[in-house]
Amino acid sequence: MNGLFGTESWWVVIAKAVLIFLILVIYTLFNIWFERRVVAKMQHRIGPNVHGPFGLLQSLADGVKLALKEDIVPTAADKVVYVLAPILATIPAFMAWAVIPFGPEVRIPFTDTVTPLQLTDLPVGVLYILAVTSIGIYGIVLAGWSSGSTYALLGGMRSSAQMISYEVAMGLAFVSVFMYAGSMSTADIVAAQAEDMWFALPLLPSFVIYLIAMVGETNRAPFDLPEAEGELVGGFHTEYSSLKFALFFLAEYVNMVTVSALATTLFLGGWRAPWPISLWDGANSGYWPVLWFLGKTLIFIFVFVWLRGTLPRMRYDQFMKFGWKVLIPAALLWTMAVAVVRRIRLDGGMDQQTVLIVGGIAVTLLLVIAFIPERKQPADDEEPAETDAFAGGYPVPPMPGHQETRPDA
Amino acid sequence: MSPQDGPRQVVVGLGAGASGFSADGRGYERGGGGPGSDLATTDMVLNVGPQHPATHGVLRLRMTLDGERIVHCEPVVGYMHRGVEKLFEVRDYRQIIVLANRHDWLSAFSSELGVVLAVERMLGMQVPERATWTRMLLAELNRVLNHLMFLGSYPLEVGAITPIFYAFRERETIQEVMEEVSGGRMHYMFNRVGGLKEDVPAGWTGRVCDAVAAVRRRLPQIEDLIFGNEIFQARTRGVGVLPVDVAHAFGVSGPIARASGVDLDLRRDEPYLAYEELLADGVLQVVTRTEGDCYARFACLLAQVKVSLDLADACLERLTEMAQGPINVRLPKIVKAPEGSTYAWTENPLGINGYWLVSRGEKTPWRLKLRSASFNNIAALPHVLEGCVVADMVAILGSMFFVVGDIDK
Repeated sequence: MNGLFGTESWWVVIAKAVLIFLILVIYTLFNIWFERRVVAKMQHRIGPNVHGPFGLLQSLADGVKLALKEDIVPTAADKVVYVLAPILATIPAFMAWAVIPFGPEVRIPFTDTVTPLQLTDLPVGVLYILAVTSIGIYGIVLAGWSSGSTYALLGGMRSSAQMISYEVAMGLAFVSVFMYAGSMSTADIVAAQAEDMWFALPLLPSFVIYLIAMVGETNRAPFDLPEAEGELVGGFHTEYSSLKFALFFLAEYVNMVTVSALATTLFLGGWRAPWPISLWDGANSGYWPVLWFLGKTLIFIFVFVWLRGTLPRMRYDQFMKFGWKVLIPAALLWTMAVAVVRRIRLDGGMDQQTVLIVGGIAVTLLLVIAFIPERKQPADDEEPAETDAFAGGYPVPPMPGHQETRPDA
Repeated sequence: MSPQDGPRQVVVGLGAGASGFSADGRGYERGGGGPGSDLATTDMVLNVGPQHPATHGVLRLRMTLDGERIVHCEPVVGYMHRGVEKLFEVRDYRQIIVLANRHDWLSAFSSELGVVLAVERMLGMQVPERATWTRMLLAELNRVLNHLMFLGSYPLEVGAITPIFYAFRERETIQEVMEEVSGGRMHYMFNRVGGLKEDVPAGWTGRVCDAVAAVRRRLPQIEDLIFGNEIFQARTRGVGVLPVDVAHAFGVSGPIARASGVDLDLRRDEPYLAYEELLADGVLQVVTRTEGDCYARFACLLAQVKVSLDLADACLERLTEMAQGPINVRLPKIVKAPEGSTYAWTENPLGINGYWLVSRGEKTPWRLKLRSASFNNIAALPHVLEGCVVADMVAILGSMFFVVGDIDK
């Protein structure tokens, strides 16, 4: 960990905090535009292209318009919680960014102060992110509960179950990264990847599990069940309008960027330049790494948009089944495997044949488990009830499972 | 479900049935209130509609939920009722057509057709051959337009946002030629008693040929986009099975019934226009499936589009070979159907559309009963929905392919 953290002067810390906030808000505006343009391209449309260059100011205009809308508080709502919920959803989304490293140590222009491009770092930085983003879920659950609407309640209930489930898989995906990096500090993980390689390569299963879990965690398509507009109208934010709704919207997009930034930091080498650029000596110094960092994050945002443009929404129970019966066991097994292999390697190794035999047995076992069919529930056999076809004076056909009786027969 | 064991006590809350445990082997448990339990059942009433994104209009479903499980569903219809049958009685036969093409706004041409066929039959009128074949061509194009709408909107309901744009591109291609010939994009008003409004524009048949070819060429794009998708299949296969006996009991018709194995298509079984000849040529294929689930219903639509495009091509071929001639019969100033009655039914895109015309020899019908497809099709909904989860409700509702105007008349 960098020794500068905790000893910097107050104005540097405030300047960095404000800057992070500004970057996130502007990046959110950009992402909304980016998503709309990309998804439009996928759908033979043009997308927003009127306001500002390439329509870049469209999301700003939308945001201002949204903020000026009438603010409605339903009569049935629990007012205090109703107002608190969007705040509770938004603040943690920003707080997570305190430990995300944007770049190396740089000199602040026009001064002699040197500071790392990171607000602060903790020995348990990644755990801090997990903890803080979990608080955001309260915002959604409370929003669903306090709206006093059935749709919102169902949406809130779904999202709590969903986010808790996928947080487990997400956390498990991190464990192997911690084992490889030997630290939970974000800056140290980036540094470890500079020495070794991007953890996405040796820990590919972890990376894939994290990618799936992060989509589930942010309630994005195909896992956008809490706000499935076809069934739950808007889900937890059905009753919200104006600035409160804007806060949820902001929180969703910031969360999207947060998980993308976390993926970049943990698996794609953080702010360090990717291969062809890294040949250039100055690539990993100065302010350039911010660009690489945002670029890598944007790739994940693109994946989010791509998924949304391609996939239908999963059903709630299928989604839960996938999380608990596939993703978490897979993550557990993989973490175990990483731990074992890592230990063996550190202890001096094992001959290849043994590794192959053990691996083969494990794979066979997994296949056997995968093909055990689920128990079917017995279908109930009901006696066909009787219907008087002329009971109401008009002839009606018998309903299925009913037997027709004619008064004259 | 019979009325006796209809919706129980209404308390807003979530039942323990959400956990999915089954005590009585019925596949789901009724809250905590199963047999031998003292716990109160807390069902939740979810009111879907009349304004809800899943109902494409003002259909209202009152559903009793146990957790996310639907235990009772009651469609509430009539929000769009405009008393069309009464209106028919005070319009002469020319004006009726304009009313008749409105109840199902996605199958306007086919609905017009039923009225003029009934009146022509009452008058004993011989319609020129060119009119018959052009009518058939337009009816099939109308079927393609209708089905493309649902091919786009159904994926949207299960959360895939892209296919609708592909479907609408194809719709636009066909709609252009429909607009060119009739001037209308929805309510064509092109049928007249005795034929069509006027002859087709010069070169029109060639442009229809191109449009049909273009749609046929690009149709696989929609197919590839959605049919093979695992999530889509998981959400639709085996979901919302409409048993064939239920289909018979409720008079379900059209692609929905054929997906359940009801092998009935009026174009083949009681041919009108010149479908007999196309049947003999082998162009007219009746698409049936046996599974009866959402996937089968959706697949039926796509297969029917292909058949309809073939039929349109066959009609075009006939029309280009045909010698020039009249396309309608000159009518007297006042059309009076002779005393008597007839029932004219046609295979509309959504199912059987029938008109029972009773005339007392006046210029308006004494009674014109409208049998619309969606009304019967949606009546089977409670049977299909009960026992499903809320997320399935959207998948099932969307796959019943209804138009609310066609239900409420």
